Amino acid sequence: MSANIHPSAPSTPTPDTRHLEKSLRNKQSLFSFAMSAVVGMLTILALVPLFSVVLMLFYRGGKSLSFALFYELPPGPMQEGGGFGNAILGTVVMVGIAAAIAVPMGVLAALFLAETAPDSRLAKTVRFCGKVLTGFPSILAGVFAYGAVVLLTGGFSAVAGGVALSILMLPTVMLTAEEALRMVPLKMKEAAIGMGATDFQCVWMVLLPTSLPGILTGVMLAVARAAGETAPLLFTALFSNYWISAGGNVELMQPTASLAVLIYNFSGVPFQNQVELAWAAALVLVLLVLTVNLIGQAISRRRID
Amino acid sequence: MTNAETMESTTTNTPQHDVVIECDIRELYYGNFKAVRDTYVPIHKGAITAFIGPSGCGKSTVLRCLNRMNDLVRGFRFEGRVNFLGRDIYDPAIDPVAIRRHIGMVFQQPNPFSMSIFNNVAFGLKLNRFKGNKEERVEMALRGAALWDEVKDKLHKSGLSLSGGQQQRLCIARAIATEPEVLLMDEPCSALDPIATRKVEELMLELKEKYTIAIVTHNLQQAQRVADKTGFLYVDTTEGSRTGYLVEFGDSDRLFEAPQEKYTQDYIRGEFS
Repeated sequence: MSANIHPSAPSTPTPDTRHLEKSLRNKQSLFSFAMSAVVGMLTILALVPLFSVVLMLFYRGGKSLSFALFYELPPGPMQEGGGFGNAILGTVVMVGIAAAIAVPMGVLAALFLAETAPDSRLAKTVRFCGKVLTGFPSILAGVFAYGAVVLLTGGFSAVAGGVALSILMLPTVMLTAEEALRMVPLKMKEAAIGMGATDFQCVWMVLLPTSLPGILTGVMLAVARAAGETAPLLFTALFSNYWISAGGNVELMQPTASLAVLIYNFSGVPFQNQVELAWAAALVLVLLVLTVNLIGQAISRRRID
Repeated sequence: MTNAETMESTTTNTPQHDVVIECDIRELYYGNFKAVRDTYVPIHKGAITAFIGPSGCGKSTVLRCLNRMNDLVRGFRFEGRVNFLGRDIYDPAIDPVAIRRHIGMVFQQPNPFSMSIFNNVAFGLKLNRFKGNKEERVEMALRGAALWDEVKDKLHKSGLSLSGGQQQRLCIARAIATEPEVLLMDEPCSALDPIATRKVEELMLELKEKYTIAIVTHNLQQAQRVADKTGFLYVDTTEGSRTGYLVEFGDSDRLFEAPQEKYTQDYIRGEFS
């Protein structure tokens, strides 16, 4: 009888260890389990939009994907075929203009924030404004560029689009660059100063090269965001059915096509071919942004090594 | 004051032109904090001068005064003078950048730049727009720092890929590549293991032939092994804060064997018994 260690036999001297076993009958562990399940489900739910969009793009846009898309012009309403080579080029050019404005300005501002006067009232104000600007409604950037460039130069243009996008890029570039500059160990800066480097030499030869991966990560993130923006371009670059370059000259002061605006324009029309092109353009745009993001992450990962 | 007497005796022992840097700190503040007072130290040409003393006695602060590295510290205020080749380097007309090119520095933590070994050593040459043969100078500096044989096959590799001791010798090579008159070393071995420490010490004795060296160390044996002159700093807490000051300065042999000041005696005996 004493050899019987079955739990149902309370007469045995073996201690009852059932309360040590995992059991959902315990209210606390049941609650804990339920919460874990909820967290997991919500996580999956949060990923649903992303994956459904990407899947949908591959499903709807993938079939019309072809090489011709990359070098042909957008078709008219009843035409067959065509592509959006001019929109890809326009997006690249306008993001390029935006980067050419935002990167030098952002990095120089970051140098001021991180090095020149980190605790000054001006720096604190600029930092605050930068953070506010990261959440700036992109359509307002378009309105600003409309007033500042379009009205002034008398027409929609790639330059106006670039200016609008640069406003959206600037805070990201500035704040990430400041962070990257602050990550440079003080001892490296001391080494440079101790060697007799001037402030400029210290910045140019040590601080910037050392923080370059971090700065580039910020630039990549900003580029990825700018490439996908539609609203600021509606007021500034508008759209064009033609190439940005005419006879070898790049016309920066003409209305310019972009992928985002092409998607916007073509998705609302009743013409089958244009709608399909919009799907394909959306896929290309997502892949473009994804590539830029991946490059940015690869660069930032190299920084840790 | 015995402080003045020791000072007197050293200045009479050695002719004045032998002194490369004459450091006379009357009062030194970081903000409202008085960090160092009444410290007079002559740095003699071709000799190794060591600063010893307990933590927080201001020995690193004194060293950093000699090439104006303290300028980087906010709230730094200095009363006194530091003469280098007869000029007060705290004279407003003096460019601290130029001073640092003549008075090089090696820091407590090895701090190579995240660039190749070659570019680390050539850094100072680039700062000075050196026109001559860079490869030759880099090799010379690396040989001078007893590192050449270990790195000659991987000059393009990152300076950060080296071991701690090698990194510190790389920093020494970087500092001597521009052939400064004086080399300041701020506890250069405190982050190194005993073998690497021994190498750096041997190196210091070799470098002495060409350069004037001032070193801060909390290792008394190290001061005794390498230094010709030693200054002992101590912390004065009588005024309520912790202010460092020079207690005694003189030839290392004399200072370690027959310290004249009670504080010095206590400190040295405490370390050895």
